[in-house]
Amino acid sequence: MRRSLALLVILVVIDVVLLFPGGREARSRDRSAAGARAPARVGLVFDVGGRGDRSFNDAAYAGMVRAERELGIEAELIEPGEGADRESAIRIFAARGFDLVIGVGFIFSNDLTLLAREYPRVHFACIDYAPPMRDGRPLPIPKNLVGLKFREEEGSFLVGAVAGLVSRSKVVGFVGGMDMPLIHKFEAGYRAGVGRVCPSCRVVVQYAGSTPAAFKDPVKGAALAVSQVGQGADVIFHASGSTGLGVMRVARDRHIRAIGVDADQFEDGLHPGSTTRSAVITSMVKRVDVVVYETIRAVIERTFRGGVRVFGLREHGVDYVHDSSHGRDIPAHVVRRVEELRASVIAGRIRVPEAP
Amino acid sequence: MRELVAPALAIAVCVLVGNLLILAVGQQPLEVWSVLAAGTWGNGYGIGQVLFKATPLALAGLSVAIALNAGLFNIGAEGQLSLGALATAVVGLALPRSTPWPLALFAAIGAGVIAGAVVGAIPGVLKARFGAHEVIGTIMLNFIVLALINWLVAPGRLAQPESQSTAPVIAAATIPRLSSFVPALGGSAASLAALLAVAVAWLTHFGFRRTTLGYELVAFGLRPAAAEAGGIRAGRVIVVAMALSGGVAGLVGANNVLGYKHYFEAGFSGGIGFMGLAVALLGRNHPLGILLAALLFGTLSQGALAINGVVPKELIDVLQAIVILAVVAASSDVLRRGTR
Repeated sequence: MRRSLALLVILVVIDVVLLFPGGREARSRDRSAAGARAPARVGLVFDVGGRGDRSFNDAAYAGMVRAERELGIEAELIEPGEGADRESAIRIFAARGFDLVIGVGFIFSNDLTLLAREYPRVHFACIDYAPPMRDGRPLPIPKNLVGLKFREEEGSFLVGAVAGLVSRSKVVGFVGGMDMPLIHKFEAGYRAGVGRVCPSCRVVVQYAGSTPAAFKDPVKGAALAVSQVGQGADVIFHASGSTGLGVMRVARDRHIRAIGVDADQFEDGLHPGSTTRSAVITSMVKRVDVVVYETIRAVIERTFRGGVRVFGLREHGVDYVHDSSHGRDIPAHVVRRVEELRASVIAGRIRVPEAP
Repeated sequence: MRELVAPALAIAVCVLVGNLLILAVGQQPLEVWSVLAAGTWGNGYGIGQVLFKATPLALAGLSVAIALNAGLFNIGAEGQLSLGALATAVVGLALPRSTPWPLALFAAIGAGVIAGAVVGAIPGVLKARFGAHEVIGTIMLNFIVLALINWLVAPGRLAQPESQSTAPVIAAATIPRLSSFVPALGGSAASLAALLAVAVAWLTHFGFRRTTLGYELVAFGLRPAAAEAGGIRAGRVIVVAMALSGGVAGLVGANNVLGYKHYFEAGFSGGIGFMGLAVALLGRNHPLGILLAALLFGTLSQGALAINGVVPKELIDVLQAIVILAVVAASSDVLRRGTR
């Protein structure tokens, strides 16, 4: 008893002594913040996946970093765990009077819709916004909230055309993550793109599951890819988060081509020992970084407008990798044909379906 | 006094490790701790959030403690509270809109308790009838229950389109926020359900000291063979203790569904049930201690958000783990300890 008490006293003394040293970094940061007042304070709240997913969340982070560098904003981020922390994280930023709070992911739709009404002087943005339903009707979107949606089907349409044009076996595959309307848009666009350039091609479609876990199951992704290769597929497009890492690994091992999603996934399909040969022929990119950056700029320039905004090919919100070294495996005639299709979609001559 | 030394030591070690980690990431400990304090007990919203987060932790801790008093390790609180919360939400939204509030609350909360109790009783029966160890039983049942919930809460089944959540419960089945009585708590998620945790803590305390059932549970927990020789039926005690334990875990839905978002969201818990084990250990299995331990872990959990911008939030996870390790190390006799 006496020994434990003595130990306790010693520990407390060490604790108190250790409170004071250190913190050069923190102090210098405070000074720089006080010196030049930032044009805007922006808070970014990540999805459960958080930073390091090499696609969606990382892209949003990249947009924020660029805004910090080029626009001189002051940015903070929170990576909440599950459930209640999401709302709390948004509220912490809003209550501190931030100019803009961004929720990365459809899962924030409900919280942001309610909190935007509570904090009318703060701007809010939600990526992949899906209006929350009450009694079968969508809730109206507040004026200080912008719901940012992407026409994933248009980008998927272009990579579908690439797949249809480069496939030799006339069988192409699609691996979806969670079986839900958002991912059905990828499937619908892909099918339409394949069908446009290769009416005789067959599209094999499989989903990894019906829960969010389906977005982080590379083993399942590999199993689905193997089964599609068995059915003759020689190009597979995945829209499945890190599940797709399994798809790209199989594509590498079986010497077929994979198409990445959300970000340029060239590096995830690199052949062993090579830095230039990748199984990933192209990726359907969703420019979450650009949209985050533009939203921050709109707040600074006081041109922010609420409501749902949709980014398609015309707005450069979606695209496919083709004009960098990572797209050099796409034959030139394929790029020409796909660029014609892009022009037709932008001009409205082709309407890409949202549901398969 | 003796009871307090172990937790105090644990917290002192935790602060020590915390200081070192904060220094390691190049920040000043005093600044980080003060940001943490300001974001939790420093304003009304923070206090409310701490209460909101402490409530399910306290309920899970009490759930674990009830089983532990009967000498049983309930690792299944996560599954019990998740299915309980889902049952609460489903009954709450299925009731006719004209249901009077006492009935609506009773039905919704009661559904949660029953669901939790059933999930808890299953490993109890398996142990009583077949001698299957309750640790294995409860862990495995967690997987089954959580998979079942994932399957149930999907669009086309119980979830709304493009979401992982159910429709909201009827207005009569909601529990008022504390901020409607104490405006200073403004915006925080704490509800009157916090009082439920206090009430259950008192009931547990009273039940173990003053009722026959409580006596049987504690006697069995202390010396199973002696209790059986004294005429206590082992099988009955095991099943009842596990059902009670699960039922208390099933109350979490009152706080996180009826008192907060009013709907069930897949994955809302994020490990509250497992933290309940830590809360029960740190609280020395005593109801008052459990309430205090839940407040501490609630503070750390909310504080993790507040300091997320300065240090990685994993720091808090490490600190919680250190507290638990230190407590376990400081008291090797936790397993057999009854309330006193």
